[in-house]
Amino acid sequence: MRHLLSTRDLGREQAIELLDIAEDMAAVQQREVRKLPTLRGRTVVNLFFEDSTRTRVSFEAAAKRLSADVITFSAKGSSVSKGESLKDTAQTLQAIGADAVVVRHQASGAPQTLATSGWIDAGVVNAGDGTHEHPTQALLDAFTMRRRLHGDASRGRGLDGARVVIVGDVLHSRVARSNVWLLDALGAEVTLVAPPTLLPVDVSAWPAQVGYDLDAAIDAGPDAVMMLRVQAERMHAAFFPNSREYSRTWGLDDARFARLPRTTMVMHPGPMNRGFEIAASAADSAQSTVLEQVANGVSVRMAALYLLLSGEREEAA
Amino acid sequence: MAVRPVLQQADIERALTRIAHEILESNRGADDLVILGIPTRGVILAARIAEIIRRIEPNAPAALAGSLDVTMYRDDLSHTRTRTPAPTDVPVGIDDRTVVLVDDVLYSGRTIRAALDALADIGRPRAVRLAVLVDRGHREFPIRADFVGKNLPSAASERINVHLREVDGEDGVSIEGGVR
Repeated sequence: MRHLLSTRDLGREQAIELLDIAEDMAAVQQREVRKLPTLRGRTVVNLFFEDSTRTRVSFEAAAKRLSADVITFSAKGSSVSKGESLKDTAQTLQAIGADAVVVRHQASGAPQTLATSGWIDAGVVNAGDGTHEHPTQALLDAFTMRRRLHGDASRGRGLDGARVVIVGDVLHSRVARSNVWLLDALGAEVTLVAPPTLLPVDVSAWPAQVGYDLDAAIDAGPDAVMMLRVQAERMHAAFFPNSREYSRTWGLDDARFARLPRTTMVMHPGPMNRGFEIAASAADSAQSTVLEQVANGVSVRMAALYLLLSGEREEAA
Repeated sequence: MAVRPVLQQADIERALTRIAHEILESNRGADDLVILGIPTRGVILAARIAEIIRRIEPNAPAALAGSLDVTMYRDDLSHTRTRTPAPTDVPVGIDDRTVVLVDDVLYSGRTIRAALDALADIGRPRAVRLAVLVDRGHREFPIRADFVGKNLPSAASERINVHLREVDGEDGVSIEGGVR
């Protein structure tokens, strides 16, 4: 794998291979020595133009557990705040000898530009770009679902027939986009449930059903309900009347949570707005996979870095 | 290209039976023994050796054989195609036990070097031994096998093919190519 920019490029076989390798990486997390020598001598740069705790820490842990040298770089406090361009930053990283660049950027398509512009030879991992994609988050979501559904027999399997409902701010959600492509590739049935104002215009082309009634979706007894964060920071217009109404119509409140089958997973990419899109009772229940998702994030990112940095870089020439 | 058979099914069975006896003799029984195969064919051979040991010593522990994947410990990851790792399954802790590593062919010794590193990350065995079905020479590390099915001096240009019925449908070892 040369870069990991989008789950749209991942076929079923490649996605399953990545999840299987993540299983091996997860096994390492259970051992006394949680470190592999695999990427010794390789340099991974975490390039974060946008704030993030979970993703940045997760990528850092993943690279370090594979023995890579890690340089973490936030735009704040760097020359980016003096006006340095993405190109200049990339060329600096090239000069340092970075083997992989994990990039988060507020602009959709920035990782794509970095990967295809010829400024840098390193493999590029998209760690979230604008409202476009967040492939490793989708992979860790799929990994979490596969583990809950199949347990120790997960290896080699997809998510065939699993019914997943993705609820909320789909318009601004890169997590939703990446999940739709990946879940479809793995054989799951995806339903998007959102206010019409928070759905993208081109959604009819996506491999997903669209619904507007959260209660109906919940009564259908899905295998997983993925609540999205309402991204107030990206909303430059009024998308719903007020937060109380949003919460009443689109939130996973106590009553809706109580109606869900006990086997339904409750997922959230974090950070959660408790009491808004998700009630504390749901977020802290045994059905919630929120902390598992974080733990699995490290394994999935180890797998992605391994696939990116092992093997001959014949395409790089 | 000429393919010359070297071991038939019966030869492989005999070799594994002898290795099982030698392991039991050197370990003075099956106590504290763990037999770990290196994927893919080493795992099958380890399981077969464990089965023979249980036949010889019915009191041998049930969890005797497992697998040890060494992909993440290899020193050639950036020189070859990306390798997909196989599962590691260690049936019991290896601390203070005798671990017998099992592989099909011993060649440069690099796989075994990686296996020793992988073992060190899992625990601290009392002793580590090595059993191989075929030793073809050309070592690049100071590593030798304790239990060998067949010594098969070969040219570097030749290929050793090990077929096992569990994955290949039949048992047999053959040597292919090279100038003799």
